[in-house]
Amino acid sequence: MEEVIATEGLSKKYGDLWAVKNLSLKVFSGEIFGFLGPNGAGKTTTIRILTTLTKPTFGRAWVGGFDVVEKPEKVREAIGVMQQHLSLDRDLTVRENMELRARLHHFDSSERKRRIAELLDYVGLTEHADRTIDELSGGLQRRTMIACSLIHKPKLLFLDEPTVGLDAHTRRRMWDLIRRLNADGVTIFLTTHYIEEAEALCHRVGIIHEGQLIALDNPFELRRKIGLFTVVTVIENGNASYKYFPDKMAATQYVQSLPSTVKTIVVRESNLEDVFLELTGRGVSD
Amino acid sequence: MKALIDVYTVFWADLRVLRRQLVRTIATSLINPLLYLLAFGYGLGRGISFEGYSYLDFVVPGIIALTAMTSSFNGSGSKLHVDRLFYKCFDEYLMAPVNVSSIVIGKTLIGVVRGIISSAALLFAGLIISPKIVASPTLPLFVLVLIISCFVFAFLGVLVALLVKSHQDMNTFSTLILLPMTFLSGTFFSLEGLPETLKTALYFLPLTHSSQCLRAAALNQPFPSASLLALLGFGALFFSGSVLALKKKSV
Repeated sequence: MEEVIATEGLSKKYGDLWAVKNLSLKVFSGEIFGFLGPNGAGKTTTIRILTTLTKPTFGRAWVGGFDVVEKPEKVREAIGVMQQHLSLDRDLTVRENMELRARLHHFDSSERKRRIAELLDYVGLTEHADRTIDELSGGLQRRTMIACSLIHKPKLLFLDEPTVGLDAHTRRRMWDLIRRLNADGVTIFLTTHYIEEAEALCHRVGIIHEGQLIALDNPFELRRKIGLFTVVTVIENGNASYKYFPDKMAATQYVQSLPSTVKTIVVRESNLEDVFLELTGRGVSD
Repeated sequence: MKALIDVYTVFWADLRVLRRQLVRTIATSLINPLLYLLAFGYGLGRGISFEGYSYLDFVVPGIIALTAMTSSFNGSGSKLHVDRLFYKCFDEYLMAPVNVSSIVIGKTLIGVVRGIISSAALLFAGLIISPKIVASPTLPLFVLVLIISCFVFAFLGVLVALLVKSHQDMNTFSTLILLPMTFLSGTFFSLEGLPETLKTALYFLPLTHSSQCLRAAALNQPFPSASLLALLGFGALFFSGSVLALKKKSV
């Protein structure tokens, strides 16, 4: 498989704080790669380095085969980026924002029209094309951002927290769009602090905590390492404790061995939250 | 050629926004200078003559200079610093395959256009009160200096918008630098007769040169070529400062 992102010992220091520390990873062509971690773990810093908006303090990174510090302009041509915050001009319409991106990428007038019409249709924004960004809902604004980031047909797309602040229904529509893009050949690097999002979308997940990569695998393997089943028990003082088992049988045997003083017992499949909790001693959303 | 197209692209987006807010933009940028014109030119200065001209004839070029300054500075700076600091949509320009000089000039042009629109509107109002300017044989020179002034202050707006770290910084700059310039840079009174040290200090401010050139052209006095050169120097300084600031920001 072709490597589209590679980093070696990538580090970024802000003042006394290491936002990213000694990060080494590879992302391959065709993947949906997820970077999972709580707010402040270093996800956005990593994206900013990979997308040439911030320079690393140490280490190197290659995107699309180009060094992000030495050939930033080559990297920028190869990638699309959707920032975490709304990065559109709010005083312009959807179409005008897209036209601005198309002009910045030197599309001529007829190419521009064709590409914008095609993308509006792809992300389902045709009927909203002439509304200004300020008049749109959060979900439609995100769609516009994706459409803008796709203008120059990048094969690699960075999505920083693509569904943060969206309601459940809108989030699922965004997931569909991301899967469709991936099926159409776009490699996706996304960050999220939503467990379900990483599980629902990502082929491989890197878990980042306090600037460091603490686990990297597909969601099933990550879960299998701690145990596919979780038994949650709650004792009288209200504190929950978690135990992990390789299969349902082992979990059930454990439940039967529990004393009758245990008030609440839940047996369920483990998830990436459990993985995160086991590795760091705290939850993703803590 | 590609660089010129990029300049136009950056300018195009701001022009679209301006088109949508044209009336409001002109109206708000005219309030201040019109008040100055009425209060100082009409109210205070009626009947006073100054260096052989009526005070009104004297003060109109000064007020046009300060209008060019505030409109151009705010025209390029205010949206840019908000886009950069709050909406963060300025990153998109840095991500695009466009060189930084094109971004700086593109972002400057919108300030120039707003400066010219406001000064032209004020000039028109001023003409009714003080028709000397349009009768001056040096009107083309007047227009040229006006456009150069708009460039200088629009470049300054871009530079400051790229350097500030907060909205307060932007306000602080306006209060500490632009406001004193408004009143002291030979806009409302002649620099002749001021203490030497103050006079020297004022020559370090671009608006001083701008108002002196505009006044000379409007009243058909001997033209201060050195001031025009100083103005061009300020423009070059602010432009290169902006390019450097942007180069430091983008990797």
